[in-house]
Amino acid sequence: MAVPGAPLIEVANLEKDYSTGAGVFQALRGVSLGIAEGEFVAIMGASGSGKSTFMNLLGCLDRPTRGSYHLDGQDVGRLSSDQLAALRNREIGFVFQGFNLLPKLTALDNVALPLMYAGMGREARRRQAQAMLERVGLGERSHHTPLQLSGGQQQRVAIARALATRPRIIFADEPTGNLDSETSRQVMDLFSRLNREEGITLVLVTHEADIAAYARRCIRFQDGRVIEDTAVTEAAA
Amino acid sequence: MIFTSLLETAWHALTTHRMRSFLTMLGMVIGVAAVILMLAIGQGAQAMVRSAIESMGSNLFIIMSGAVSSGGARVATGDAPSLTFDDADAIRDLPDILASAPVSPGGAQLIYGGVNWNTSVYGTTPDYAVVRNWSMASGSFFSDADVRRGARVAVIGGVVARELFGDEDPVGKIIRIKQAPFEVIGVLASKGQSLDGRDQDDTVLVPISSAQQKIFSNTLRNRARFIMVQAVSEKRMDAAEASINDLLRSRHRIGLGQDDDFTVRNLTALAETAASTTRIMSLLLGAIAAISLVVGGIGIMNIMLVSVTERTREIGIRMAIGARRRDVLWQFLIEALTLSLFGCGIGLLFGIGGAWLVERLAGLPVAVTPASVLMAVGVSFLIGVFFGFYPARRAAGLDPIDALRSQ
Repeated sequence: MAVPGAPLIEVANLEKDYSTGAGVFQALRGVSLGIAEGEFVAIMGASGSGKSTFMNLLGCLDRPTRGSYHLDGQDVGRLSSDQLAALRNREIGFVFQGFNLLPKLTALDNVALPLMYAGMGREARRRQAQAMLERVGLGERSHHTPLQLSGGQQQRVAIARALATRPRIIFADEPTGNLDSETSRQVMDLFSRLNREEGITLVLVTHEADIAAYARRCIRFQDGRVIEDTAVTEAAA
Repeated sequence: MIFTSLLETAWHALTTHRMRSFLTMLGMVIGVAAVILMLAIGQGAQAMVRSAIESMGSNLFIIMSGAVSSGGARVATGDAPSLTFDDADAIRDLPDILASAPVSPGGAQLIYGGVNWNTSVYGTTPDYAVVRNWSMASGSFFSDADVRRGARVAVIGGVVARELFGDEDPVGKIIRIKQAPFEVIGVLASKGQSLDGRDQDDTVLVPISSAQQKIFSNTLRNRARFIMVQAVSEKRMDAAEASINDLLRSRHRIGLGQDDDFTVRNLTALAETAASTTRIMSLLLGAIAAISLVVGGIGIMNIMLVSVTERTREIGIRMAIGARRRDVLWQFLIEALTLSLFGCGIGLLFGIGGAWLVERLAGLPVAVTPASVLMAVGVSFLIGVFFGFYPARRAAGLDPIDALRSQ
């Protein structure tokens, strides 16, 4: 465990290029910032601003072209793809806009999936998955498949899956993009509670101001650069 | 990742697409069933040839009356046989020869009581039993004395005994062969089918003298259509053949440059040829069946590729939540292996069942050996690995972000 307040995430001069038919597209043009453990950060910006690219890099799904990324003191750029997978499994939880649950598996099996890759035995992972579902208020729905659940419920199953291996960071990419305002509020309340009560670091990508208002820090991207990094007052939520 | 989890995942994926999994397996099922069936038929044929060769006797020559013309057709078949009983005796006295039996073959109607049976009748000498390594089921073979005095005695094969006598003991009974009464003095042990497919037990052996006098009413006494000869050992076969040729040429006064009036055939060599022909045939059958197994494997690869494309997003999700590349590789490899081995299992059932049906309905001898079953399982495993590896590697090589973004 890092010291509270010490940067859990530290990036310096992060750049990411994509080669396209027309040449090289610079998605990120030098981003440097730190995120401390226990923070709740919203990342905002128009589409194409680089916020999703940034998120993929932070989530260890991709590697930077230049610059460095330290996660809990570890230089992510030097890790092998297996080590990145292990990092994603243990330290990171993902919540996506489209939920990204496996449609043929029950809620319980979906939540247990990361535990399978963590090498946990069948019974143990079912127990833990059930506990996670209860944490998001879906203990009764563990044997439903995603199609039998509402959008809000599916997103809560996805959050339970993100929590399954007890990671320290959760990355959420437009988690309320497919939800109505009422269920959005429920999901955001759940995120806030996880952050406040359990100290889970939350990084949230959104383009909706009212969703970003749940966070306590807002980082704004434009053209691959950070143009604004401000604290959000509690009152705004 | 734990192996049982892999199996569970594979099983789940396969049972979600039952129809597709079934059709994919069908290729393997048919391939394995074909291999098992073809090998069973091939090995059955080989076993049959082997036992026919064993029943024929070992180190055998057959010397036929008449020559082979340059065109290959035997001439003078209708003429008087050129071989005599004395020829047979003289051959027996050669150093490399164990036994030599003149044979006068024919067919005749047998009658016992109200039952009659048409069979082949061989006039021969006691050496015939030696040459053919033919033992008795009951009674005894006729003696040289019986041959000398033209005794009306007969030794019958198992089929003849069954057809004429049923459950009765034939020894001591009188049968009529072409109206002439003969006493049955022995029943031959069973030999089964010969190489050319005849039932060797459907026969009657009588002294050659009696056959010529009473049955074939031959005017040409002391002459044999062919002589069966056994050499002392396989090593001496060539020497024996040469000395038989020399002996008969001098006995028949055949001068230098003149054609033989007899033909010596090495039956043991012919049998070896028949055995190797059967072996090649059974290999060929197996090879053709193996092609369908490979086609089945290609079917698996095809479906696995489709499956990888279809499940790109799933692969992305699995990678995002911590699946390593090798976890994904194993997932798809195990799926392919499950398909191939399950298909193999069902194919084995069909193959063995099919072999049983072939034996029951077509009467062909079949032999499903543990070796062929093991081979089918082994090959199916290799096919699963071989044809599953490429799609699995493709899945494992996907970029997590691209995979997550797909449709």
